[in-house]
Amino acid sequence: MLIVTLLEALELGLIYSILALGVFLSFRTLNTPDLTVDGSIVTGAAVSAVMCTAASGMEPTAQTLMCILGLILAFVFGMGAGAITALLNTKLKIQSLLAGILVMLGIYSINLRIQGKANVNLNSTPTLYKTVENAMNGFRWSSIVFGLIIAAVVIFFMFAFLKTRKGFALRATGDNEEMVRAAGISSDNMKLLGLSVSNGLVGLAGGMLAQYQGYSDVGMGTGMVVIGLASVIIGEVLFGTGGLLRRLIAVALGAVVYRMVIGVALYLGMPPTDLKLVSAVIVTIALAMGMLGENFSLRKKRSKAGERNA
Amino acid sequence: MLKIENLTKIFAKGTINEMTALDGVNFHGASGDFITIIGSNGAGKSTLMNSIAGVFPVDSGKIVLDGKDMSDMPEHKRAKMIGRVFQDPLKGTAFDMTIEENLSIAYNKKRRRGLQAGISRSDRELFKEKLALLGMGLEDRMKEKVRLLSGGQRQALTLFMAVIAEPKLLLLDEHTAALDPSAAKKVLELTDYFADNDKLCTMMITHNMKAALEHGNRTILMQSGKIKMDISGDERKKMTVEKLIEKFEIDNDRMLL
Repeated sequence: MLIVTLLEALELGLIYSILALGVFLSFRTLNTPDLTVDGSIVTGAAVSAVMCTAASGMEPTAQTLMCILGLILAFVFGMGAGAITALLNTKLKIQSLLAGILVMLGIYSINLRIQGKANVNLNSTPTLYKTVENAMNGFRWSSIVFGLIIAAVVIFFMFAFLKTRKGFALRATGDNEEMVRAAGISSDNMKLLGLSVSNGLVGLAGGMLAQYQGYSDVGMGTGMVVIGLASVIIGEVLFGTGGLLRRLIAVALGAVVYRMVIGVALYLGMPPTDLKLVSAVIVTIALAMGMLGENFSLRKKRSKAGERNA
Repeated sequence: MLKIENLTKIFAKGTINEMTALDGVNFHGASGDFITIIGSNGAGKSTLMNSIAGVFPVDSGKIVLDGKDMSDMPEHKRAKMIGRVFQDPLKGTAFDMTIEENLSIAYNKKRRRGLQAGISRSDRELFKEKLALLGMGLEDRMKEKVRLLSGGQRQALTLFMAVIAEPKLLLLDEHTAALDPSAAKKVLELTDYFADNDKLCTMMITHNMKAALEHGNRTILMQSGKIKMDISGDERKKMTVEKLIEKFEIDNDRMLL
């Protein structure tokens, strides 16, 4: 049924919305597309999976705590990955794209070490999603409730943070680095902070994803940055960019819409093997739409100005 | 206030393109000074300002501001004592943030940037009151994004942001060159207004020699990385654009305007 497909897309989309918010921080706020994401999301998934595995056989409360700790550690490890990328970029003056690629490559080995093997199965271990489902008496869509809560909390904290003095400095760094330094702010420190938090969120998304789908695989990161970018752009095109809070919500919704598009395509019979190609095409279209949108609005402004002058 | 000793900056050292942009510059600026700097392209005016601001390291020499040796400080630390306005109106503001957010970033230069609210109610009132000084109606548009402002408005805002945290030194690098004549006039008037401050030393690079002699209390001419002329008081009052050109055979047409 299509409605089931859409609700499943919503479940997954809410997890991807955390990824999208992380990518928003690097791509929009810092104005650098950060490829670390493909690695840090797996790090988050691996850490979270290992914690869940370690929790099997414990008391129920301890199990829940271990799973929560898994998500917290997923965030922390993700931050670490982002911090390394930022330091490569600012201290060693390696281009940001290249720094991201280097970390993404190197972190693959670290992810393997964390997991100890290529694939960790969580079918028989506790996960937060199972806990939440039990707590809600087996409600089929309990994961939507859980995802909504996490997404809302993340959006709230991001919004609050970006409205602080430090948040202002971070946002200005992506806009105009020269101005930021002239205002007595170390743009290097801001990049470190921004990329760390960004990848922390990506790691958290990875941690949630592992517990939701019941496994973590070292290869699952491929193309995640593209999904994140697609979500950001789709969200902005569909839901607007006016106002910070609206923009954050738009980005989160963008991830949900993206998953729904993919879900419907699969429902209509698209072979899952074509998924990556379709993702790339969606991002290309979304990027082009963003560009066109800007051009159109410029043209509109120009013609308005022309009318006024006439 | 500002003391510069034997400042030397060589670009592309050891290569075929080696260029000595600053050649042992010695300079002293007092509080309350408003110094205009002229010189043809490549004379080292901007290099001097960028060296003071710490945009790049210098090869030798010392820069002391308000008794503090800044020679080895990174750019963002020096910035706490220095206000800067660039030639390009796009460079001085964060275009995707609102006017009040930009002001807050500049205003908090010397304060700790922690998790306090970016703009407090008292900040906002202060900004509104002070923005009115610019006479551009910006005080009623504080929640608008800076990208909507004209070049002149942006440059006025940048100038305001440069002085709002009470710096010891104000560096203006051809800050009116990209503006239309009336906007340039307005920004220069505001410059006079802000530079008229006993605790501030202002340095302004300009290619407009008339403006260089009309504004400020001291004029410096730079040539091939050295200060060739440094006039103030009566000597400066007697100086005319024609005499300057005659004396230094300035061949830059742009400077005649």
